[in-house]
Amino acid sequence: MTLRPLVLASLLALGAGSAWAEDMKMAVTTSFANSGLAEVLLPEIEKDTGITVQLLVVGTGQALALGAAGDVDAVLVHSRAAEEKWLAEGNGTHRREIMYNDFVIVGPAADPAGTKAKANALDAFAAIAEAQAPFVSRGDDSGTHKMELALWKDAGVDPAGEWYRAVGQGMGAALNTAAGMNAYILADRASWLNFGNKADLAIDFEGDPVLFNQYAYLPVNPEKHPHVKADLVEKLEDWLVSDTAKGLIEGYKIADQQLFVFNAQPK
Amino acid sequence: MNDIWQGLAQALRLVLGLDADLIEISGLSLQVSLGATLIASVIGLPLGAWLAINRFRARRVVIAVLNALMGLPPVVVGLFVYVLLSRSGPFGVLGLLFTPTAMVIAQVIIITPIIASIAHQAIRDLWADYHDLLISLNTSRAQRIRTLLWDGRRALMTASLAGFGRAIGEVGAIMIVGGNIDHVTRVLTTAIALETGKGEFGLALALGFVLISLAVLVNLAVHFLSRTERSGRW
Repeated sequence: MTLRPLVLASLLALGAGSAWAEDMKMAVTTSFANSGLAEVLLPEIEKDTGITVQLLVVGTGQALALGAAGDVDAVLVHSRAAEEKWLAEGNGTHRREIMYNDFVIVGPAADPAGTKAKANALDAFAAIAEAQAPFVSRGDDSGTHKMELALWKDAGVDPAGEWYRAVGQGMGAALNTAAGMNAYILADRASWLNFGNKADLAIDFEGDPVLFNQYAYLPVNPEKHPHVKADLVEKLEDWLVSDTAKGLIEGYKIADQQLFVFNAQPK
Repeated sequence: MNDIWQGLAQALRLVLGLDADLIEISGLSLQVSLGATLIASVIGLPLGAWLAINRFRARRVVIAVLNALMGLPPVVVGLFVYVLLSRSGPFGVLGLLFTPTAMVIAQVIIITPIIASIAHQAIRDLWADYHDLLISLNTSRAQRIRTLLWDGRRALMTASLAGFGRAIGEVGAIMIVGGNIDHVTRVLTTAIALETGKGEFGLALALGFVLISLAVLVNLAVHFLSRTERSGRW
């Protein structure tokens, strides 16, 4: 082997993009990242605070696991019960509610299970089970998955059988599967509106308050992981609950629909 | 089918428009995969040669294991490296998780067995021809390995390029240890996975075409630089 390719390769060597002071890592849910809101907020955060927030886009389960291992500085997720358990285990300092959006039941435009006529989300879920209409579940321990399981439980249905397909993937991949099978699926509104491959699917059911989806910001406990950038995490929290953030979050629209409602309380 | 044409058109638009994000993620793809190939070659080529000329008791087992490791599932390698590099893992203090360095480490583990196995096969054939000569010249082990590596350089280049091919197209491991962070660890394959997840099949395919073109270009460049496949030289 001549030296040339080696030299060439070395020229392109492993520049491990060394971090300049003000970087922090935050694990967020796929639904938050897919909504497109991150692309609006991150440049403003950088401008106002000088913090470059590096996003790790994963399911709520993995996001909390990354926080517990100390691999990120903060997490922004939406699954209250899991968050409180995580805090009780000493993984974080506190939980700060930031905003909420809502889930919708997406399904075939023809709505074979008749969910449109139902009075609430639980009845709609029961109707899908009754009709044995194909339903795609995230099945990945994400916040959306946990919400779906809670709805099945409250609807008194044990989801199992040929019609219930757990794909074990992110929101987008699950939506692709639902589009391919023309199946029902529980999705957050933002991911659905931003989704590019809608095929024959449409929103069949929406608007029940039990479908509200509360996002909370949880700093990783610096006593457990001394290397976390607690000062940056605090600065980011202050920004996220500020009026600037409120304006940007409530002003964010897709197809003329407001996606998120800001509901952070002052300390 | 429509998506494929759209993808091709979009790929052309991105490339001709010198899209800044595209250049960034393509550059990182090359950096990580070439870096990994370089390191894996430095380990794998001499290892393959050493295995070819040495006779020891466990040789068959070692070679069989090495061949089996060619099929290492990237997602398992990724998870393994993740657990090692996690802040809660043994190498956590280095803070390497979710950096390009972590991606290089994972890829080195994946492709070293491929490079070593192919190198071993090539060198073994060469060693059959050179055996008597090198023994009669009373050469040392290191000299034999050096000679074999040099004279087998064409075949060894194929070994390295096979490793590179696996590395540049790999997504399972680098998704886990890199995290697909925008502007930090996003490469072509993880970007394709992301766009597919968003249902943006056109853009995902466009990135796929760019990835394939890059792999072809790198192979062509290596052949050109090492002057193989030219008239009069076989």
